[in-house]
Amino acid sequence: MTLLETQKGESYRVKNIMEQENVQRRLEALGILEGTRIKVLNQKKSGSTIIRVRGTRWALGRDIAGGIQVEGYDE
Amino acid sequence: MSKEHVIQVAFVGNPNCGKTTLFNALTGANLKVANWPGVTVEKKEGLTSYKGQKINLVDLPGIYSLTSYSIEEKVSRRCVMEDDIDVIVNVVDASSLERNLYLTMQLLELGKPVILAMNMMDVVKERGMEIDNHRLPEMLGHIPVVPVSARKRTGLNVLLHAVKHHYEEEMPETVVAYTEDIEEKISVLKERLKEKYPSLVYLRWTAVKLLENDEETIKEYNLDAPDILDRSYEKEIINQKYDYIEEIVEEVLFYKDSSKEGKTDKVDRLLTHQFWGVPVFLGIMAFVFFLTFTIGDALKGVFEIGLDALLNGSTAFLTSLHASDWVISLVVDGVIAGVGGILTFLPNIFILFLALGILEDSGYMARVAYVMDGIMGRVGLSGKAFLPMVLGFGCTVPAVMATRTLEKEADRKRTIFLTPFMSCSARLPIYVLFSSMFFEEYAAIAAFSLYVLGLVMAVILALIMGKVKKGDSAGSLLMELPEYKMPNARTIAIYVWEKVKDYLSKAGTTIFVASIVIWFILNFGIHGMVADVQESFGAVLGHWMEPLLAPAGLGLWQVGVALIAGLSAKEVVVSSMAVLFGISNINSAAGMTTMTSALGQYGFGAVNAYALMVFCLLYTPCMATVATIKKESNSWGFTLKIVLFQLVLAYGAAVLVFQAGSLLF
Repeated sequence: MTLLETQKGESYRVKNIMEQENVQRRLEALGILEGTRIKVLNQKKSGSTIIRVRGTRWALGRDIAGGIQVEGYDE
Repeated sequence: MSKEHVIQVAFVGNPNCGKTTLFNALTGANLKVANWPGVTVEKKEGLTSYKGQKINLVDLPGIYSLTSYSIEEKVSRRCVMEDDIDVIVNVVDASSLERNLYLTMQLLELGKPVILAMNMMDVVKERGMEIDNHRLPEMLGHIPVVPVSARKRTGLNVLLHAVKHHYEEEMPETVVAYTEDIEEKISVLKERLKEKYPSLVYLRWTAVKLLENDEETIKEYNLDAPDILDRSYEKEIINQKYDYIEEIVEEVLFYKDSSKEGKTDKVDRLLTHQFWGVPVFLGIMAFVFFLTFTIGDALKGVFEIGLDALLNGSTAFLTSLHASDWVISLVVDGVIAGVGGILTFLPNIFILFLALGILEDSGYMARVAYVMDGIMGRVGLSGKAFLPMVLGFGCTVPAVMATRTLEKEADRKRTIFLTPFMSCSARLPIYVLFSSMFFEEYAAIAAFSLYVLGLVMAVILALIMGKVKKGDSAGSLLMELPEYKMPNARTIAIYVWEKVKDYLSKAGTTIFVASIVIWFILNFGIHGMVADVQESFGAVLGHWMEPLLAPAGLGLWQVGVALIAGLSAKEVVVSSMAVLFGISNINSAAGMTTMTSALGQYGFGAVNAYALMVFCLLYTPCMATVATIKKESNSWGFTLKIVLFQLVLAYGAAVLVFQAGSLLF
């Protein structure tokens, strides 16, 4: 599933990132890449999502959130 | 002794780490500090000294990594590598150590002296965390680690001490050790690089960058090594850096008390709420506007008394000097009426920027991008494009510059196009004056309606542009949301002072000159100084414009002159009116009454006033904005299009308002 299908307040692990090359590399530089743990803090119907990664909050637009594939993760 | 060496220090750090605040604290330079990523786009320098040692500080844009995907990263990277930087001060937000250390890892790879300035230790404590300040430097190759507080101005001397004593220090080259296969490749690459480029200093850095397939590095250091560089090892390298960071964080960061966590999350539950987010934002903006209008008005009286005293004083003074009448007229009717009139709006401007400064510094502005992301998505822009527009309520010039944070050129141009529709603070005096004159108890509502009208216009235009350019997907939102914090008095003070200074210097330059020019064209005609104003250059020019502006209800030669003068800066519309009608204190009750009755004689009423305000809202931005748009877009064609489009739009809208208004009222 992608980040768009996640539950608010749950944690996930990044399985795969399918973005345009430049977006993908940006995300990687920010430490969002395969295997990274993500907590979904907030999500709007429009798809805009707030996540917490490595202690930092990020606001993501729908396009980017839709390109991040995640899987469930139990702490 | 040889010539004194000035130590060159580069300030590098993530956006929002308090780097610029620290820089300001050290240099005393009044730089702008904002609380969202990407504000420092240019390189700024400041000189300081410590125990007789001169130190030059260079403030670099906030960046997350030393890759080269954005302008900021390229600027920073080039500066720390190429310039004669002696030591890098890496400012980190200690409350967000894990993310901040990534940049540190890259900086350490350069092999240049690095000093870690741990900012926001107070936030760390507040959140019940503790950082082991002995273990941390050990894990970072024994670099100096200095806890500082940019806001409370502590640790500054220790930091300068570290700069003075460590700038020549040798650095351990390897802090992050990668897996064996990668390390092997690095050492082979280093040897080959050394052979081919004997003067290259950053051997390990360059080798790692080559393995990461970094475009700039490959361009510069063309190493033919297909055996080693068989593919990009970027992912492994990033992952291993983060693995090491995780190790560090696990060892040095302790949670003593986790109950204090999550304050920001709680506040965010409301401020970024699916449904309430937008109304809360609109409410905040309405409140800001309300404060600007009411408190500003209340404080106005003080300025008026001062202005009156100045007027009487200078008239008396000039008369006592036996100055000729025209000199007195120039000073009193021209300069003081024009410039002085504008100065009485200072309280409004002050309150507006104070409120915007608080919103920025608290961390709320970044949320606005998220809150507006869905709505902006409908007009084909990301929520990030909304930030320059909010800035536009202050001044269009920095707003246009702030569009630099948008990655896509098309998005940037669209946002630049929309920014002038946000009512900037220069338009505020026009609204305040004409609303108070013609709408009395509804003045605040009348003025607020213009803010809304500007927004509505922007939305409509954005929708039209979105339709035209369909298929061109917008750059998506990707933005850090910083922790909320108490706005810092010093930061805000610097921010507001900058704005007030801008306003004052504009009053002293543009408005000063415009007032003299207006005075001149009103008092001189083709036959020299005129007794009857109707023979002046101004009246001739104004009369020529009357038929053109009549359909918009602005067919008054004085209005025509004021609007032309307003092209220099929008406040000039007000200062010109003061000079044109010979009103010494236009923003006072007496001044307004004089002007209302003077205008009333020409049949200029509330509908005309509203049409005038609509025209001022929409017509061609001021010279400074036009110049900035040209600079930022690098296109005269685009700039000219904006200028003409807004002129036509303003005229059309004013005509519509006046014609419809005249029918209704």
